[in-house]
Amino acid sequence: MATETAKKGFLHYLTTVDHKEIGKMYLISALIFFFIGGAMAWMIRLELFEPGQQLISPDVFNQMTAMHATFMIFFAIIPGLVGFGNYFVPIMVGSPDMAFPRLNNWSFWVMPFAGALMLGSLFVEGGSNAAGWTIYPPLTDKLYSPGVGVDMWILGVHLAGASSILGAINFIVTILNMRAPGMSLFKMPLFVWSWLVTAWLMLIATPVLAGAITMLLTDRNFGTSFFNMAGGGDPVLFQHIFWFYSHPAVYIMILPAFGMISEIIPTFSRKKLFGYSAMVYSMATIAALGLIVWAHHMYTVGMDLVAQTIFMSMTMLIAVPTGVKVFSWMATMWGGRLEFTVAMKYAIGFIALFTLGGLSGVMLAAVPVDYMVHDTYFVVAHIHYVFVAGSFMGLMAGLYYWFPKMSGRKLCEKLGNWHFWLTFVTLNLTFFPMHFLGLMGMPRRIADYNPIWTDMNQIATIGAIGFGLVQLLMVYNVIRASKKGAVAGDNPWEGDTLEWTISSPPTAHNFEKLPVVK
Amino acid sequence: MSHTQDHDFHVPKPSIWPPVSCLGAGLMAFAFVMMVATKSADMPWGALYAQITMVVGLLTLVLGAGKWWCMLIKESRERGYDKVPKVLDLANRYGMVFFIASEVMFFAAFFIAYFYASTFNIVWPPSNIEVLSIELPVINTLLLLSSGATISWAHHALIKGDRKTLVRYTLLTAVLGFIFLGLQMLEYSHAAFAFDSGIYGSAFYLLTGFHGFHVFVGSVMLLVLYKRLKKGDFSQKHHFYFEGAAWYWHFVDVVWIGLFLFVYAL
Repeated sequence: MATETAKKGFLHYLTTVDHKEIGKMYLISALIFFFIGGAMAWMIRLELFEPGQQLISPDVFNQMTAMHATFMIFFAIIPGLVGFGNYFVPIMVGSPDMAFPRLNNWSFWVMPFAGALMLGSLFVEGGSNAAGWTIYPPLTDKLYSPGVGVDMWILGVHLAGASSILGAINFIVTILNMRAPGMSLFKMPLFVWSWLVTAWLMLIATPVLAGAITMLLTDRNFGTSFFNMAGGGDPVLFQHIFWFYSHPAVYIMILPAFGMISEIIPTFSRKKLFGYSAMVYSMATIAALGLIVWAHHMYTVGMDLVAQTIFMSMTMLIAVPTGVKVFSWMATMWGGRLEFTVAMKYAIGFIALFTLGGLSGVMLAAVPVDYMVHDTYFVVAHIHYVFVAGSFMGLMAGLYYWFPKMSGRKLCEKLGNWHFWLTFVTLNLTFFPMHFLGLMGMPRRIADYNPIWTDMNQIATIGAIGFGLVQLLMVYNVIRASKKGAVAGDNPWEGDTLEWTISSPPTAHNFEKLPVVK
Repeated sequence: MSHTQDHDFHVPKPSIWPPVSCLGAGLMAFAFVMMVATKSADMPWGALYAQITMVVGLLTLVLGAGKWWCMLIKESRERGYDKVPKVLDLANRYGMVFFIASEVMFFAAFFIAYFYASTFNIVWPPSNIEVLSIELPVINTLLLLSSGATISWAHHALIKGDRKTLVRYTLLTAVLGFIFLGLQMLEYSHAAFAFDSGIYGSAFYLLTGFHGFHVFVGSVMLLVLYKRLKKGDFSQKHHFYFEGAAWYWHFVDVVWIGLFLFVYAL
């Protein structure tokens, strides 16, 4: 079987239909875009180190805030999670590959074009999208954003969206149709469940985003009036349709991380997961509720009071299934024989810090509170506790957990420890002060600010620089371990899911014989 | 693989055609950007260059997707139509159903825009709009509804093994689709409002335009189906491609009913 993959040039990777290779390519490209998005975050933080204008012009600053979010969401976090999903979902359900391997190849290889459009938009006349990643009209109308940057942004998201939709179909069909004999739905590992739920969200929500940005594109270029008051349209309509995708997008970015944590916690607690079926149902509930709470991003737009109340209550309800998950993880650890590997530390860090992000989310869901802190740094703090302390730490937990399976070698635990603790400290140093800034009223997306906010901004900037540098440790660890890391063996963590029953790295098509699950 | 596989999953060989169709899609996106950039900047050479890129991109996309499609047809011919593994059949069915679900959500965005606009504006249709008369859409509705019937008729013929009726009614369905498109163009040429004459024109043309494009895609699928039927593909029991094309056709039909009801009739 090894002879099949003897030659591995560019053409091999271009045409590959192997889910493991495609998964790895997703992970590597996500890592590259993570550093590109990170560089933009540095520029934002350096500009904000002091009040006044020093490093970049306000227009470039606006582009940086928009493009930092765009790259992190569409090109780093989602593809990173898709990478782990692509690699491990087929193995964990006991299948030789994804349901549609060639479609899987398409989903990956359209992403470089999307990335090129996004990166290119920074260098065209007028620059890229400077209206935030939410691209609200009228700011993104031809009148206020005359350059082609916004058009490139829209087309880039279109391509990335097509990749997401087809990838989602692939995941759903793989999970529903390709499970090994005996692997009933309620025997599936939680990570697989998380991907089933996430893929549903992607399938339902992403085409709606495509519709929204298509209308924006025609408004900009063909004189339509969907979001133009003069022609009878309404910019608020864009916000509704945009958030119908973009709120579920938050769950698309966090549910697979939930799934990974639900694998790691039981493995290193040497216990079965507490409340398996409650974990599954809570994930489905989060997804279902997530689809009907979008307008909590728009309280201040002049909505009906009844609508605001309904969206507030629905949003707060999400805290219940999320709480079920957090408590189930803690109950899994309770009385377990805990082993504090780096993966486990990341998982525990995830639970602690993501919960902070969840709690500030409940605060923001309250209409009166949101009126006070809308569009302030409090919102920035909240979403970074969800994405960095949540999705990013989840990804890191997954990396330390599954790297031995993917490469056959272990990451250095000592370096990993440094990486974890420094990440933990710098992360909080960066984002915790933002809560205070928000409560003090500092608006987001501004290049200059009132000097009373200087202290907190300086702490955040120092934290951000540190956070970025610390991530180099992770890259160094990965590169070094893939060459000289300690040989891992098939089951270094004594996990009990299917991926640990096959060799590290797995051979082509994973299983000599399809596993039978009892 | 050296040993015989103990499962029926489809594990294809590496292929260049998916990345080729990615290249096509990417080129088209870049060409669109070039067109927009050259339109406002008055650069005739640039505009020509953009158009060439668009055509090359489209051809590349069609080449990649077409070759990919041919590959699938070839594989199913080699497998034969007497015995198709159940998992494979199910994978195709699931895949098509979920693809259509994503298309439904795509149209949902535009329908919601239409409903929003019709509620948001106190006078609807706006007073400056001379709405189209109902005759042509009624004819179009009848055409599409009959085409839904003819494709079902063809399906029954396929199950009963009546190849002659099957081929005839499949072709008839595609022809009805193309007549629909012709009438739609005729209607566009009569319309007193344009894409850029306010929200009504925007919503009308985007909805009917995207629907028309889907009718076109569905018709092409039916023509390919016709060719394959002529070559003797499919069996009474296994004919997923027929069903996929028929489902797509019914989906296009249902979207039209929504359009007819909400945009034309009400």
